[in-house]
Amino acid sequence: MPLIGFFSTLSISMLSFLGQVAMLSGETIASIFCGRIRPRLVIQQIAEIGFRSQLVVIVTGAFTGAVFTAQAYFQFASLNMETAVGPVVALSMFRELGPVLTGVMVAGRVGAAMSAEIGTMKVSQQIDALRALAVNPVDYLVVPRALAMFVSMPFLVVECVGCGILASYYVGVNILNISGVYFLANTQKFADSSDIIMALVKGFFFAGIIVFISCREGLGAKDGAVGVGRATTQTVVNCSLAILIVNFFLTMALNIIFPAGQG
Amino acid sequence: MSKPLLQVRDLVQKIGSQEILKGMNLDIYAGETLVLLGKSGGGKSVFLRHLIGLMHPVSGNIFFEGEDITKLKERQLEPVRRKIGMLFQDGALFDSMNVFDNVAFPLRERGERNPAVIQQKVEESLARVNMRGHEKKMPVNLSGGMRKRVALARAIISPPNVILYDEPTAGLDPIVSDSINKLIRRLQAELHVTSVVVTHDMVSCNHIADRVALLNEGRIYFTGSTEDLRTSSDPTIRDFVDGRSGETIY
Repeated sequence: MPLIGFFSTLSISMLSFLGQVAMLSGETIASIFCGRIRPRLVIQQIAEIGFRSQLVVIVTGAFTGAVFTAQAYFQFASLNMETAVGPVVALSMFRELGPVLTGVMVAGRVGAAMSAEIGTMKVSQQIDALRALAVNPVDYLVVPRALAMFVSMPFLVVECVGCGILASYYVGVNILNISGVYFLANTQKFADSSDIIMALVKGFFFAGIIVFISCREGLGAKDGAVGVGRATTQTVVNCSLAILIVNFFLTMALNIIFPAGQG
Repeated sequence: MSKPLLQVRDLVQKIGSQEILKGMNLDIYAGETLVLLGKSGGGKSVFLRHLIGLMHPVSGNIFFEGEDITKLKERQLEPVRRKIGMLFQDGALFDSMNVFDNVAFPLRERGERNPAVIQQKVEESLARVNMRGHEKKMPVNLSGGMRKRVALARAIISPPNVILYDEPTAGLDPIVSDSINKLIRRLQAELHVTSVVVTHDMVSCNHIADRVALLNEGRIYFTGSTEDLRTSSDPTIRDFVDGRSGETIY
């Protein structure tokens, strides 16, 4: 019986959290469509989210592409299929690794910072001060971050994938001696625009997951510094889990629209 | 007596299972400075937050200029909040902005784009609280008293009808407290605003109050002048005025 109680409490708190995230998303989207946008803050956030996340995303993409190439080569070489390494890495980077790794890295870098900043504002009454000055915290804090995230994430995903494929080419051709011509020809043959669209669509969804979970955790922070720390940790954990779970469903749904191997 | 600007009726608030306000009734008149006294943790700040819609009561009503603000949603409260300024206990300055940008914030948010107008109004507002020359400082580099002054400059830059002060002298030395008290009095004279001051500082109360209310056990126990408070023989009031806890030292 205590086990049933534990799981029912867990389900209720999870549903309550999802409800809060959904309500925040709805309020933010309504705010955007009502034109309550502060362009200066959006540009500031694009610099913070998009521009300053590039190094992390480039390094992640490049080394994932490189190591994946090496592992694929070690397996494929025994079957004399070395030239299949290029398309395998490219498709994996476009369809799965690029968006997911970018999402997880951005959640760790930007999501945690967002949650900590908003959480600190909450516990130090700065959000109450905003409200007292007749400024809606969603308009002022969440809308600019959401817009910046939706603009930045697709670019970051493309950057991650691009660096992964370049690193794959470098490792495959220059270190593992795969034929460069076959590597490129096979990659072009198997990867097409639908793979790029899939990466961008996933990036867009992950942007929403990161920004709304992070802002919700920040706005819900309480109990001082401990509460801010808790909100920050929860943000990274929840964003990462949500990205991995949603990625599965997105893959299944997008595979109906853009079936793999039909290019 | 004129009709009250703010009317509080049967206000009840609970935090967890604890009932903080147990049916509070209070009238606040235009132009007066009402000091709300009460023990620490007695619900004074909670009450103040209801007056600007930062908290919604379990039951009861608050009428501002005849409108029940407890029924308003967050966005509907914005016009009300433009008429009410609030000084938070720690100032609640935005720590990502310097003093100038903190004070200019309400102007910019209300659509003022002319840098000359913003500059002039910020300077006027900072001069009112004797904080000229500190425009470039960040909140983290200000003392407690300075933070409260800057927060006050921010609250009055678009002159409100009502200013709510949450423990304006808490944590300050007697000299800085006195300067804050004089500042409250001066703003009252210059801007003719209605002020509601929450405090447990009797010196501050005697200095600034036109009328005093005592919050005890979640209800208004006493309202009257500072003279009425000083001369009262009621044991609860006397304990508060004389600072007696009733505990014995062994």
